[in-house]
Amino acid sequence: MTVKYADVEKGTELPARSYRITRLDLVKYAGASGDFNVIHWNERLARSVGLPNVIAHGMFTMAQAGKFVTEWAGDPGAVLDFGVRFSAMVGVPDDEHGATIEFSGKVLDKLGENKVTVDIVARADGAKVLTRARAVVRLP
Amino acid sequence: MALNPEYVGRVFGPGEPYEVSRVKIADFADAIGEASELCRDKSAALRAGYPDVIAPPTFVIVLSMASADVVNRDPGLGLDFSMVVHGEQSFSHSRPLHAGDMVLATTTVESIKTLGAMSMMVTSTDISTTDGEHVCTARSTLVERGAS
Repeated sequence: MTVKYADVEKGTELPARSYRITRLDLVKYAGASGDFNVIHWNERLARSVGLPNVIAHGMFTMAQAGKFVTEWAGDPGAVLDFGVRFSAMVGVPDDEHGATIEFSGKVLDKLGENKVTVDIVARADGAKVLTRARAVVRLP
Repeated sequence: MALNPEYVGRVFGPGEPYEVSRVKIADFADAIGEASELCRDKSAALRAGYPDVIAPPTFVIVLSMASADVVNRDPGLGLDFSMVVHGEQSFSHSRPLHAGDMVLATTTVESIKTLGAMSMMVTSTDISTTDGEHVCTARSTLVERGAS
């Protein structure tokens, strides 16, 4: 199902995806990334600094956006440039549902040399959690 | 306290070389739910034209955050870590990181701006192999909210 450069054009949409995030995911991400900031795993301390709940690492959300693109491209090495602005926090409740981030995206431009720019939209709980989320992706 | 503007242009690192391992890549891929065999199976990575298993694009944060932390925790900078939020992040790859890479991370403070009670600092971290090959530049914007 790997997409090919020749098959996409400006406006081609990436298949929408949604990823669920639970507290366990945040604990695993803390361990794998080395980011042990308490607001990502300790609800008591998160609330004590005015947050509504434990929140996902911004970088975890960005990693999900990256996965959304690399699943489409079929290669985690296909993403060359990748940038985001973090625009809203993703609260993760302590239950079996956790939070859900919904991704959609489209090809903004074909750059030549098999490279395309992809614009990514990420929403959680109705809010856009990333803005200016763009990736330059090399396709086969 | 506003951030110390004298830090603009300062360069931190590189520290000790970091060896990218297959286990660390697989752990990171598991943690973000990246299922690609290219992050786990060397023979699949070889077939795809890579020298070894490759890291997902945001893996670089493991290196850039550790490098930038030296700046962020420098007492002379005056950053209040409890008030920091991550504003923006970007990665510009020359190629993916792969297992076996020995890399060095060097962080430069690009800008510091204070707007009322908010301060913003942009750092860029260059990740290159010990042979001098550029792999990735990670740029990070931290926002210190409500500093007084």
